[in-house]
Amino acid sequence: MELRSNDSENRTLLKSIDWITIVLYAILIVAGAVSIYAATYNFDKASMFDFSGFSGKQFMWAGLSFILGLSLLLIDRRIYEAYAYPIYGVMILLLIVTIFVAPDIKGSRSWLVFGPVSLQPAEFAKFATALALAKLFSTYGFALNNWKNYAIAGGIIVLPILCIILEKETGSALVYTSLIFVLYREGMSGFVLFAALCAITYFVVVLKFATVMLMGIPLGTFIAFVIVMVLTVGMLLFYCRSFVMGRNVLLAYVAGGLLTWGLSYLGVHINGYVFFGIMVGGTVIYLLYGMLHDDMRRVLVTIGFIVASVIFMFTVDFAFNHVLQEHQQKRITVVLGIADDPRGVGYNVNQSKIAIGSGGILGKGFLNGTQTKLKYVPEQHTDFIFCTIGEEEGFVGSTIVLLVFLALILRIITLAERQHTTFGRVYCYCVASYLIFHLSINIGMVLGLCPVIGIPLPFFSYGGSSLWGFTFLLFIMLRIDADRANYGVW
Amino acid sequence: MRKDYNLEKRKFVIAGFIIVVVCIYIARLFVLQVGDSTYKANADSNAFIERVIYPSRGLIYDRNDSLVVYNQPAYDLVMIPKDVQPFDTLDLCNTLQISREVFEKRLADMRKGRNYSGYTQQIVMNHLSAEDYGRLQEKLFRFPGFYIVQRILRQYNYNAGANILGDIREVNQRDIDNDSYYKSGDYTGDLGVEKSYERWLRGRKGSEILIRDALGKIKGRYNDGANDIMPEAGNDLHLSIDIKLQELGERMMRGKVGAIVCIEPKTGEILALVSSPSYDPSLLIGKERGKNYAMLLNDPRMPLFDRSIMAAYPPGSTFKPTQGLIFLQEGVITLSTAYPCHRGFISGGMRVGCHGHGSPIPLKPALQTSCNAYFCWGLKHMLENKKKYGSIGNAFEVWKKHMVSMGYGYKTGVDLPGESRGFIPNKAYYDKNLGEGKWSAYSIISDAIGQGEILATPLQIANLAATIANRGYYITPHVVRRIDGVGVPKKNLERHETTINKSYYPSIVEGMRMAVTGGTCRGANIAGWEVCGKTGTAQNPHGRDHSAFMGFAPMSDPKIAVAVYVENAGFGATFGVPIGAVMMEQYLNGKLSPAREAVANRMANTSLYSAKLYGGKKSENKDKKSDKKEVKKESKPEVKPQSSDNNGTTE
Repeated sequence: MELRSNDSENRTLLKSIDWITIVLYAILIVAGAVSIYAATYNFDKASMFDFSGFSGKQFMWAGLSFILGLSLLLIDRRIYEAYAYPIYGVMILLLIVTIFVAPDIKGSRSWLVFGPVSLQPAEFAKFATALALAKLFSTYGFALNNWKNYAIAGGIIVLPILCIILEKETGSALVYTSLIFVLYREGMSGFVLFAALCAITYFVVVLKFATVMLMGIPLGTFIAFVIVMVLTVGMLLFYCRSFVMGRNVLLAYVAGGLLTWGLSYLGVHINGYVFFGIMVGGTVIYLLYGMLHDDMRRVLVTIGFIVASVIFMFTVDFAFNHVLQEHQQKRITVVLGIADDPRGVGYNVNQSKIAIGSGGILGKGFLNGTQTKLKYVPEQHTDFIFCTIGEEEGFVGSTIVLLVFLALILRIITLAERQHTTFGRVYCYCVASYLIFHLSINIGMVLGLCPVIGIPLPFFSYGGSSLWGFTFLLFIMLRIDADRANYGVW
Repeated sequence: MRKDYNLEKRKFVIAGFIIVVVCIYIARLFVLQVGDSTYKANADSNAFIERVIYPSRGLIYDRNDSLVVYNQPAYDLVMIPKDVQPFDTLDLCNTLQISREVFEKRLADMRKGRNYSGYTQQIVMNHLSAEDYGRLQEKLFRFPGFYIVQRILRQYNYNAGANILGDIREVNQRDIDNDSYYKSGDYTGDLGVEKSYERWLRGRKGSEILIRDALGKIKGRYNDGANDIMPEAGNDLHLSIDIKLQELGERMMRGKVGAIVCIEPKTGEILALVSSPSYDPSLLIGKERGKNYAMLLNDPRMPLFDRSIMAAYPPGSTFKPTQGLIFLQEGVITLSTAYPCHRGFISGGMRVGCHGHGSPIPLKPALQTSCNAYFCWGLKHMLENKKKYGSIGNAFEVWKKHMVSMGYGYKTGVDLPGESRGFIPNKAYYDKNLGEGKWSAYSIISDAIGQGEILATPLQIANLAATIANRGYYITPHVVRRIDGVGVPKKNLERHETTINKSYYPSIVEGMRMAVTGGTCRGANIAGWEVCGKTGTAQNPHGRDHSAFMGFAPMSDPKIAVAVYVENAGFGATFGVPIGAVMMEQYLNGKLSPAREAVANRMANTSLYSAKLYGGKKSENKDKKSDKKEVKKESKPEVKPQSSDNNGTTE
C-alpha cells in the first residue's frame, strides 16, 4: 500500500471527489433555506437574509456548512480511521455531560447553550457512531458470526440511544435504530430485519385501528391478521419455494374469505376471532403435515413466524388495554397520531394534511401559501417544514424534493458498494441509513402515515445542529470515497 | 479484503426499501393534492382558529352569606394585525375618544411587545367603558381585523376587607413561566384570598375551535363543536369574616395605625382582620389599577402592608398569661406563690418599673393588675434553676418550646399570603448576640413582660386569646370557611395542642376575668357577658407606647377572641380596651348599646396621625420573601432578630 505525496493528493482530490453527491447536497440545502424563508415569512420583515430571522440564520448556517464541508475534505481519511474510537468516546461523554448541564427546553435536555448559540450533541454523535461502527467492522477478522460480535456492534449503537433517551429526545434516539440496515448489509440474518419491520407494522396497525370494529374484532387486529396471512403465502412461495403449499394456502384463504362474506349476506355473522382462528390454525396444522415432505427447516421457520406474529399481536393488544394506565394509553395514541387531538399532535397532522392538500398539482406559488403562515402548525419551520413545500410548490415540487432525496440515498448506496475497504463501505451505509430513517419518518409524519416522532427533515428543517450534523456525515464520506483508490487491497 | 458478493446483493433490499417508501409517499401526495377533492375543498385556505373562553371567577361571600366580591363584564378591544385592512383611523379614534397620536403610540408599543405576532390577537385597549363599548359595537364592521373580547372585572359590595380580599391583575412573565395554565393577558390573584385561593377561584378556561376563511370570516365550528372545551366557573369562597364586624373595625381604626383580629376560638375562623390604614378595594379595578396601585405602594403609611398578619410588634403585657402558664407548668410557681413588688422588680442591680398595687401578690392578682415584677421574678427563678435544667440555656430552650406550642415564633399558617412569623429568641440567638455564657436571667428579663426581643403579629396575639379561651389548643386560624364544590380545606381544620397542662388554664382565665372586673381593662365590661381580657402597653423606640388589648368572651364557652393593637396610642386601656369591647359586643349581641355606640364613634373620630412621626421607620423589604419581610423591630432596633442561621425560633 503506497501513499502519494500530499501535493498530488490534493490535485487528484478535485477529480476523485463525487460531484454528484455535492450537487444533490447543494440543491437540498438551498431549497431548505428558501423553504424556511417561506415558512416564516412575515409581512413586517421581508428580507430573506435578515440575520435576526429564521431564514437569515439558516442561510448563515448553510454558508458556514459549505465552508465546514470544504475543510472536512482537506482532512486525511487516515485521521478518521485512526481516531474513530476516540471521537466516538468523546461524543458519548459529551452526550452524558449534556444530560446534566443542558437546560430544560420544551421538556428536552439535549441542547448545550453557549450564549446565543445552542448545539445539540445528538446530531454530531451520528457521524461519530458511524465512524466507530465502520472501524469495528474493518477490524481484521471481525464478522457478524457470533454473539459476542453482535453484542459489541449492538453496544456501539445502543450507547448513544440510551444517552439521548435520557436527554428526553426519543425521536433523535430512534434514528440510531436505522443502523440495523448496516448490520443487515454486513451479514446479519435477514430474518432479524424482517421480524423488526413486521413487529413495527403490527404494533402501529393494531393500535392505530383499535377503535373501529369489523367482524366483531378490532379493525387493527383484523388488518394484522390479513398481513400475517399474506406474508405466510409469500414465505411459502418465495422462502420455502413450495409452489404447491403456497397455492393451497392461498386458495384456502380466498375460499374461506368468500364463504364468510357470502354467509354474512345470508345473515350468518361469523366472529372474526373464529374465522382467523380457523384460517391461521388450519394453516399451522397443514404446514406441520407439509413438513414431512418438504424442506423441513424452512417450513418450521414459517410456522414459527405465524405463531410469533399472532402472539405478538395479542401481547400488544393485551398490554395496551390491560397493563397500561389510561393516561399512558392516551399518550401513546396521541404520539401515534391516533387519538383525535385537534389541539396537540393530531392538530398538527391535520393542519399539515390540509396545508399539503391545498397545494394542488402546481402549488400556490412561492410565498403565497396561507396555511403554513398562520402559525397553526407550531413546528412549521422545523419538523413540519415539508408542508410549506407541499402547499407552495404542490405535487410537482414535493415529488421533486422526494426524488432528489431518493437520488442522494441511492447515490450513497452506490458509493458504498464501490468502496474497497470495509471501513468505507460501512461508513457510507451508516450515512444512507440515517437518511433513510429521517426521510421515511419525517415525511411519513407530515403526510399522516407515520407516528409523530419529532425528528427534522435533513437540510430543510431549521437548525444549525442538524444541518452541520449531516454536513459532517456527508463530507467525511466524500473524503473517504475520494481516497478509495489509495486504500484497501482489491 | 474480499467482497462478499452474496452480501452485496443486499443493497437491492435496502435500496428497494427506500424506493418503495418514496413511491408510497408520492402516491399519498397524489391522493392528498390531486385526487382527494374533499381535502382540497375543505382545505382551500380554510384555517382553524382557537378562541379562548374565559370562565367566570369564583364569587366571595362572608360568613353570613352576604355577597362581598362579584364579577362584572368588561370589554377589551383587540386586533389581529394580519387581518386589519385599511380603515378610517380618525373614526376609530373618535369612537374610542382618544387622540390619533395616543392611538398610534399604542399600536407602536404593541408592536414592540415581547409576545407580538401579526397572526394572533393583540390588545389595543382594555377595559372599555360601557358607553365606548356600545358605540364601538355598532361600527365594528367598519374596522376589519378588530374584535371585542369580553373579560371579567371584580366588583366590591363593601368598602372593607381589602387586605383579606386582595385583587386581581394581569399575569406577568414570571407567572407564565411558573404555571403553564396562564397565557399572556390572563388574570391572576395578587393579594389576599384572591392570591392564596387562586387555584379554586380561577376556574378553568375553555376554548372553541372555529373555522375561518381567507377573509378572516368565521365560517363555523370545527367538528360541530365536538372538540370545544366549555369553561368551568371558579369555585365560590365563603369567608369566615363577618363583613359588618370588619367594617366596624375599620371605621374605628380610621386615623390610627394598627390592627384588630377577631377569632372564633372553637373553629379558628377569623371573624375580622382589620389593618389600618386600609384602602378601598375598588381602587384596584380596571383601567385605574396601575395608577392607584402605585399610589398605595408609595404611601408612607403603607396601606398595602397588612399589619394584622405582617407586622411584628412587641406584645407587651398581653404576653403575661403565657408566662403564668409556663411557670405553672414548670413548677416555678403555684397559685399561692407570691412575689414582692415595690413599684417594680428590683434585683441584681436592675429595676423593671411597675405601678402601685399591693405587695407581695400571687398570680391571679398579678394578672389583674398587670404586675411586671411578678413575671420577672418568675422568669428569673425558672432560668436560674440549674438543678432542674442544668443550665440557663437549657431552661430557656424549654421556655421557648412552650412559647412555640402557643403559636408564637412561627407562622400560624393563616391562609393569606405574606404572613410574618414574629420572633421568639432561643439560646443560640442570645449566645450569638450577647456572647456564650455571658448572658443571665437579668439580661433577658424583659422577655417576661413581652418586651425585649419578643415580637408577635396581632394575629398571633388573637390566636393566644383563642388558645386560652379553648383552655389549651387552637385551630389554625383561617379566613376561608368553605370552598363551594370542594369543601373545607384540610389545613383549616388542623388542631394544635399546647404543651401546657389543661388544668392550669382556668386560673389564667380567672386572672384575665379579674382584670376586666377590677383591673386594667375595666372598660371591656359588656352587660350580660363575662368578658376576660388583658391589656398591653408596649414600649417602643418610635415614640409613645403602643396600646394593645387581648381578650375573649364569654368566659365559659367563648364565642369570640380578640386582639387590638394601636401604634403609639399610649396605655392599653385608652384605645385597645374600648375598641376590643366594641368588637366583642357587636359580635355577641349583633348590635351596640347606645353607650358603646358612642365609644365606637369616639374611636372613629380620633385621629392619631398628627401626633405620630411615621414614615421613616417602615419596613422597606416588603416585597421580599414573606418570612423575612416583617422585621418590624420596635423595641430594640439595634439587634437584628432575623439573622439567618441563628434565628431564635429555628428548630
